[in-house]
Amino acid sequence: MPWLRTAALSLNLHAGVHREPTHLGGLSGMVCEMIQRGAGQYSSRDLVAAQDNLGIDRNSGVSTAFVSFGAAMPSESLQAAISLYADIARNPHLPQDQLDDARMMAVQELRAMEDEPTHRVMRRLRELHYGERLGRSNYGTETGIQDITQEDIRDFYQTNYHATGGILSIAGKVDAAQVIDWAEAAFGDWRTGKLEDLPSPTGAAKYEHFESASSQTHIGFAFDAVPYSHPEYFKLRAGMGILSDGMSSRLFDRVREKRGLCYTVTASCHSLKNGGGVFGYAGTTPERAQETLDVTIHEIESLLDDLESSELERWKVRIESGLIMEQESSASRASSMASDFYQLGRPMTTAELETLIESLTLDDIRDYWSANPPKDYRIVTLGPNPLTIPESSESTAV
Amino acid sequence: MPEFRETTLSNGLRVAAEIDGRGYSAAFGYFVRAGSRDEVDRESGLSHFLEHMMFKGTKRRSAADVNRELDELGGQSNAYTSEEQTVYYATVLPKFQDRLIDLLTDMLSPTLDADEFATERQVILEEIAKYEDQPPFGAFERAMEVHFGPRGLGRRILGTTESIKTMEATTMRDYFHRRYRPENIVLAASGNIDFDALVAQVEQLTQAWSQRPTVATPAADSPDTVPDGISLEPRIAIPDAHQAYMVGISPGPCSTSNDRYAARALGSIMGDEGGSRLFWELIDSGRAEVATLWPHEFMNEGAWFTYMVCGPEDAKSNCRLMDDIIQGTIDKGIKAEELKQTLSKATAGAIMQSERPSNRLFGIGSRWLTCGEYLSTDEALDRLRNITVDDVENAAKKYLTTDATEIVAVSEDTAAAS
Repeated sequence: MPWLRTAALSLNLHAGVHREPTHLGGLSGMVCEMIQRGAGQYSSRDLVAAQDNLGIDRNSGVSTAFVSFGAAMPSESLQAAISLYADIARNPHLPQDQLDDARMMAVQELRAMEDEPTHRVMRRLRELHYGERLGRSNYGTETGIQDITQEDIRDFYQTNYHATGGILSIAGKVDAAQVIDWAEAAFGDWRTGKLEDLPSPTGAAKYEHFESASSQTHIGFAFDAVPYSHPEYFKLRAGMGILSDGMSSRLFDRVREKRGLCYTVTASCHSLKNGGGVFGYAGTTPERAQETLDVTIHEIESLLDDLESSELERWKVRIESGLIMEQESSASRASSMASDFYQLGRPMTTAELETLIESLTLDDIRDYWSANPPKDYRIVTLGPNPLTIPESSESTAV
Repeated sequence: MPEFRETTLSNGLRVAAEIDGRGYSAAFGYFVRAGSRDEVDRESGLSHFLEHMMFKGTKRRSAADVNRELDELGGQSNAYTSEEQTVYYATVLPKFQDRLIDLLTDMLSPTLDADEFATERQVILEEIAKYEDQPPFGAFERAMEVHFGPRGLGRRILGTTESIKTMEATTMRDYFHRRYRPENIVLAASGNIDFDALVAQVEQLTQAWSQRPTVATPAADSPDTVPDGISLEPRIAIPDAHQAYMVGISPGPCSTSNDRYAARALGSIMGDEGGSRLFWELIDSGRAEVATLWPHEFMNEGAWFTYMVCGPEDAKSNCRLMDDIIQGTIDKGIKAEELKQTLSKATAGAIMQSERPSNRLFGIGSRWLTCGEYLSTDEALDRLRNITVDDVENAAKKYLTTDATEIVAVSEDTAAAS
């Protein structure tokens, strides 16, 4: 991307939440924190100073499969950044005297999330959707975090931080051949290790309600859908675009704009490598919550009733504009490439994705959605009163 | 290098653009001098309500048409309201410039249809309820109200449930005519744009704007009263909050102050996430979930915020620790390497931001609207490089204080216990 002044890297290792022992919820996140508390020649503070002086805008965190580090910077900092991140991943100090600080930090984050009703709803929904193991929270559990020992940190690091299956993607104002040399020098002789497949999803239809004296009733819903790597994925995604992408999408138009039922209503696709789902959310005052849920589910279930080609065309323009504008951000491109590499085994070019999007038809959407009608809803609500859930999932709900 | 161009149309509307023909996208925004500080009590929340109504149809387009066309142009579009301005913006591929400008410009002449007004009132009430459930549970709004008083800069942007429930469409129409006058509006653009075509098109589309009826400014509210639905109580009790949320507010530099760059650097040295004085003492040690401070510039006044989130049992000791760090900085100043580190970070940030026209738009539009001033990325970088340790230490002495107005949001149990 020679038109940019920046470069970005995304480093992803198979050290995510699913590798945690069940009783140590939060371990992967704590290890991600601990490896950044000093590495190679750097102390914890030196590391931050070095990153700041290189102008690195950074983030890190765990997801179901991965621990991920993202860094965007002026392109002249890239070589130093690659070697810095190699130190973090390969030569962390894991200082025992900072374990309790890292533990308190994790507890703080967990408690703060408890105060976010939307987060509580969506976190529980994820557990219901994917099952306990695959759907567990990135933030862990309070007892898990309290029980983690220095030995647990070391073991998790030793077992899961290695080159096997790891993905380093780089985009921006770079010379590809040179970048590969730098990466080879930084990571080429890193040890290998064993990978473990993600466990299978085990979720089933269910309704749960958290009672709370909140101002709004917060509604989360989910149903099964194919993941990104599935050949039918973009047929699903186009349907979801018509439902919930943009201000003229059906949920926004028919739930919010026409009826004024809520400020936020949204639904989108989520993918793991071996399973996927559609996750949705709506927040509304308690007296209108039942109507909001009913109308939202009705719109999802009647997607095929009055499909118009103009709806599909609008979604295509939005996706294609987004792809073109992605050329303006090295960080965004690096992250897309890493995600493609994991889900598909190779990065998709912008041109390839454009062709795929352009080829989609209304019949494609009809095929997918008729063969895979939304059902077995997982629904979680938080508010003063529980709701009556839709008939289509009532039989299996508790 | 990008080129800056500006002009004032015959009706008084100003156009300001940073043009870079190499860009993949073009960003446009109408910046209107209409914010909550311009409202009187019975108009509370109106700037923001009006922002929603701009998407609800014009003489040429229904509400559905507006949303549909915005989506057809494929970009990212939205709007926001602050204390001082309302902004309508979109980023699109350059080939859509004409169509987008036609749409955005038309949107700024809304019909304010009564049925749409009634429906949208419900959406605003939902938006207010949404924020009531979210940390920090209105603590920032309360801090502004107590510090500035509940009117002017202290007026809450969304209004109150009471003011929105009783709002009338005629009040909105009057407010619209008072604030949405061409001389109060800037059209800003950035990225790959055709400036001459833009100016010609907007000149033609906005001819009628100068004929909007003039409306008298309403009388100021009595300062002896508190508006409906407003409380100036410094403690906010939340039903079942796990954490305590503490917001402090004191004076800071305004948007034309020469101190503002040094103040921002000071804010970064003291409060940046991931490596600052407060970070190392309070976050890295796990004492608090959030501990930060920053200056916020308004047109002719400024605020300095502190914000801490932690367990209620640690609130007192953490606040003491934060005060010690603040006092230590006032007394002993900063280190040269701290400033160097902060400036490296800020310089890289400005370079990264400059790559996306959609990021540049807001600085260009707001600055032109409020100060009639343009600052290129390179000029901004120069100003950063020129900040000295003395500048930052002077800003610390001038603005840092351990005596700020404090607002605390905690669970009802904790509030009752203390």
